[in-house]
This record gives sequence, C-alpha cells and structure tokens, in this order.
Amino acid sequence: MKKFVIIFFFLIISNLISISSFSAEKAAKPMNPGWSFKGFFGTFDRASLQRGYQVYTEVCASCHSMKHLSYRNLSQPGGPEFSKEQVKIIASQFEVRDGPNDDGEMFDRPARPSDNFVSPYANDKEATAANGGAYPPDMSVLVKARKGGADYIYSLLLGYEEPPEGISLDDGVYYNKYMAGNKIKMSNPLSEGIVEYADGTKASEEQMAKDVTTFLSWAAEPHLEERHKIGFRAIVYLIIITILVYFSMKKIWSRVESEV
Amino acid sequence: MSDHEYTPSSKFGKWFNDRLPLLTLGKHLTDYPTPKNLNYWWTFGGILTFCLITQIVTGLILAMHYVAHADLAFGSVEHIMRNVNYGWLIRYVHANGASMFFLAVYIHIFRSLYYGSYKSPREIIWILGMIIYILMMAAAFMGYVLPWGQMSFWGATVITNLFSAIPLVGESIVTWLWGGYSVDNPTLTRFFSLHYLIPFLILGLVVLHIWALHVPGNNNPIGIDLKKPSKDTVPFHPYIVIKDLFALLIFLIVFAFFVFYSPNILGHADNYIEANPMVTPAHIVPEWYLLPFYAILRSVPDKLLGVIAMFGALFILVILPWLDTSKTRSAIFRPLYKQFYWFLVADVLILGYVGAMPAEGIYLLVARVATAYYFAHFLIILPILSRKEKVLDVPLSITEPVLGGAVSASAVRQKKDKL
Repeated sequence: MKKFVIIFFFLIISNLISISSFSAEKAAKPMNPGWSFKGFFGTFDRASLQRGYQVYTEVCASCHSMKHLSYRNLSQPGGPEFSKEQVKIIASQFEVRDGPNDDGEMFDRPARPSDNFVSPYANDKEATAANGGAYPPDMSVLVKARKGGADYIYSLLLGYEEPPEGISLDDGVYYNKYMAGNKIKMSNPLSEGIVEYADGTKASEEQMAKDVTTFLSWAAEPHLEERHKIGFRAIVYLIIITILVYFSMKKIWSRVESEV
Repeated sequence: MSDHEYTPSSKFGKWFNDRLPLLTLGKHLTDYPTPKNLNYWWTFGGILTFCLITQIVTGLILAMHYVAHADLAFGSVEHIMRNVNYGWLIRYVHANGASMFFLAVYIHIFRSLYYGSYKSPREIIWILGMIIYILMMAAAFMGYVLPWGQMSFWGATVITNLFSAIPLVGESIVTWLWGGYSVDNPTLTRFFSLHYLIPFLILGLVVLHIWALHVPGNNNPIGIDLKKPSKDTVPFHPYIVIKDLFALLIFLIVFAFFVFYSPNILGHADNYIEANPMVTPAHIVPEWYLLPFYAILRSVPDKLLGVIAMFGALFILVILPWLDTSKTRSAIFRPLYKQFYWFLVADVLILGYVGAMPAEGIYLLVARVATAYYFAHFLIILPILSRKEKVLDVPLSITEPVLGGAVSASAVRQKKDKL
C-alpha cells in the first residue's frame, strides 16, 4: 500500500517537473536573489515595495500598462502601504478621460485613488506600433504569467549582454541570456542611478531589479500576505481538529474487534 | 430501498414519515451495514462528495462576479482576485479544488481496479462512476476555458478541433460547437452555461451511484460477499462517518497547502496571459489530469484514429466488468493480476508524463508503447488472466483473516462452489 502512496505522489511530482522543465532554447537558469515573500510566513518588504513602485512608475510605466490595479491598492494593507494622503497625491499626477458630462462632452480630470492605473497608450495596437512591433505586456499579473516568476523577471532585467560571436541582431533587438531564444525587443531598461530613491538607498541595477520585481510580485498577488497568514491558521486548526477526530475515532472503534 | 421497518418515535415524525419517508431514509443511511475491514482507500467516496459540494458552492459565488464575455472575462477574474472579499480564496479553492477532485477520483478508480469493485453485482455502480468521471472531465475542461487566458483559448481550440476528425460532417460540427468560425465569444458563453450545468448532472448521478451502492453494499479489501448485518459489518454511523471525517481532514490539510502556499503550481503560467488568437503558445498542454488521454491522442499518427483511441481508452473502462471475468474480486488473492495492476498504474503515469512533453523523438516512441500496453492490458491481459490465473484461497468471512484462523480446505471449496 505504501507503494500506492509513493506512486501517486510521483504522479503529481512528475507532472510538475515535466511542466516546469520546458525551458526554452538556450535560456539561462534564472537567478534567485532571495525573496522575503516566499515561504510560510513570507511578507513583502514594505520599503522595497515603495522603491519598486518608484522604479515602475518612473521607468517601466512609460511603456507597460498595469490596468488591473487601482491607485487605492497602493495604500491597502499588505502592499506598499503608502498613506491615503500620499495615494491621493500620486493619483492626482495622472490624467484620466471621464464623461460624458451634463453637456455630453468628454473631459480630462486628475485621477482619483479609485481609478485604475492609467495606461501609457490608448490601446494595444498603439502600444505595439510605438515599440517596434513588440507589445509591451501588461504588468498586472506578469510575475504569474512567466515561468520562473519573480526569479525570471529579476534575472531578465539583469541579463543584458553583448551578443556572443556569430549572432547578429537586427535593429531594435537586444541580447538577453534569460530570454527564450535570447532575443528581446526591450532595450536594457535599468542603468545605475536612473532613479533617485527617496529613502537614500543606492540605486544600483541589482537593487532596482530586486525592488521592481518585489513590486510586480505584489501587484500580481496583492493578497499574498493575507493568504500566508490565513493559511497558517487554517492548517494549524486542521491539524488540531484532525488529532481530536483521530482519538474520537479510536475510542469509537474500540467497541469493535477491528483495526482502524 | 429500506430493508427494515422504521417507526419514528414522535407523533409528528410518524405523520410526516407516512407521507414522505425521509426519516426512514435517514435511518437507512445511519444503519447501513458496512464491512468493518474497509481500509483508507475506501474513504475517497466521502472525500469526493465533499469535493463536489465544494466546487458547487465556490463556483456559485464565482459566477456572481464572473463575466462570460471574451473582452471582459480575464479582467473579471482579476476583479475577483483583487476586489471581491476573499475572492482570491474562493477562486484558488475552486481552481485547486478541481485538481484535488481529480486526485481523489483517480485514487477512487484505482482502488476499485485493485479490489475488483466493478465486478458483479456492482457493474452499474461502476458504469455510473465512469459517466461521472467523463462529465467531470468535460466540466473541468470547460472551466479551464473560462478565465480566457492563453491556455484556455488554445486548449479549447485544440480539443474542439478533435471533432473535425469526424468524416464528412466534422468541419460543420466544429463550426456548430464554436458558434462561429473560431473559438470566440459564443464559445465562451456556451462553455460557461454548460460548466454551470454539468456539476448538477454529476450531483444527480452521484445520488444514483450511492443508491446503486446501497443495494449490494460495499465491496471490501478481501472482496467476499458478506451477510448483512453481521459480525463482519458495522453501522455506517458512527463508525464509517468518523473514519471518513478523519480521512477528509487529512485530505484537507494537503488541499490547504496547495491553496495557501502554492495555488498556481498546478496551473500553467500562460493562463495569466489574456487570450490572444494571433499568438500561439510554444506548447499547448492540458491540465495534468487529462495528460494520459492527451498522450494517447497524440501517439496515433492519424487524427481520426487518435480521437477514436482517446475515446476508446475511456470506453474500454466502461465495459471493464465484461473484460475481467475472474470470479475473485480482490487483487490480494490474484498474484498475477496484482503484478499487472501495478504495471497499469506505471503505464498510466508514464502516459501522463509523456503527455506533458513535446510529441517528438523518444517521448513519442514511449507514448506509443505505453498506449499499446494500455489497450493490451484491458483487451488481452485481463481476459487471459480471467481464464488462466490460479487464484489463492479466499477466506469465508472477514473475522477469519483478522483472527488468523486457518482456512479449511473444504470451506474454501464450498465457497468457490457458491461463487
């Protein structure tokens, strides 16, 4: 019977391995810088999230949308936790098209915390056309949409290299050792000092990559901290009740001559 | 369906029960004599009932917030994940619940195969179970389409295209299924409608499945017929109820690990990319629980024959009671069958593995051998084993092996004559 258990676990594991072992051609194995949000008690590093938002909004957001998030999310528990006042100021820096008003006209107004993140382009076609024919993917769930998740995004941001001998690149195509096929249409977005962190942290490429990936991980999974917290309680509760039920079962079955 | 008379003690109870014998039914369910030697592989029936109810309840809530429209579906799922109170929990329970449901159903089916629970007089229970299993796959497939991610879209395209293999009318049937000339909004809305319907069909079939079970009663690890009620049985309540509950709680701990700590590990990353008809993913892979059948489909070079092989692999299970005609139920007393049983388990696992791999080179070869073996197991090995296998002596009652008493040769002969 033990064989049975082992084999069924093998079933799951083998499938997991098989699914995850599809690494695209020649792409290097992603690096893992150590994330605070992994593991049973994983939580986001608040300061890193706030810095990551800064990198996103100053660098990434010029091409990448994040349409499933609202500005109010930035002040929610478990996120960057900017204050409500800060979020109002952040939102008001963006313009959204609203309307029609009572005269039937559309008008622009400053964004409110309840508005979704304003996209850099009017539509996907415009985004594609403006970026040399490559659509810059929406970043709302990007970390979950890429195999390797946070490790992959982090590595990709740091994976720009000179192409090796014998590989010629077209105009507007760059060499990145973590990208499938090693060719990417996004130019290296990070360079030292491209942002100036408000908290005085040195904006090295590694630091920015880590911060923005932390931010993107939160954006993809905004309830992660709550999930970890509830999960731990749920499992402890389940284990306790399982033990109680086990002894009740033993007691009940002691009335019959049979093992349970 | 009750084999005992039951009179409620209260006057109102009696009045009610005379008009609708629900109390008699309740009494039947609590008293239901169950073999006392059932092991933990028998607890998966209860676990599966729990899974079905969980899927229905979480699905009901998701349907309140989900929007079945090609332009809005993906966003509405994100809305559930972000803005609906505990929406993330409900969606992750529903998505992982499907996987846990299949994990449990595979254990349930393989338990039945090991202990010969599909044999007379339980063929109808088995066939109902197989219909439930096929409906489960249909429901799961359509459910996977609803988030309208890349795998949703392309999985739907691949699977619905299978019907184009039908000669002459195939193309028209596919157009009819899609409600257009490609997988699009009409396909999504009808899949949503059917995804909502099928669980209730399953629920009805589950009632029949249990009803059919309560006629002959449970099979048991040694696979013998029992006198009921007797020293070999215990009443369902409280003995089996508490045991099922204990097993369910263990199952829930595993379930909770998936939901809270790796909710996306059983899914595919591409399904978090919104469906795009212009971009085909590098590898289109179905959910893990469909992989063995996907491997069988791809192992046949001809499309129509591949589809026939895939559906044949399911149909062959339906007629299993007539392929394996050995009178001995439990593999415990069938040394050869036991070996081949484990070969089959390994074979299905291998099929699952190659189903996730690209259909080329060594994987394709392995898939072909494993597919051939799968059919050989049911069509050649089982019928031969049924005739040729020397089975071990089967005890007369459950108490016997428990007490370790030697089985007298004459008693066994008697038993065999009776069978």
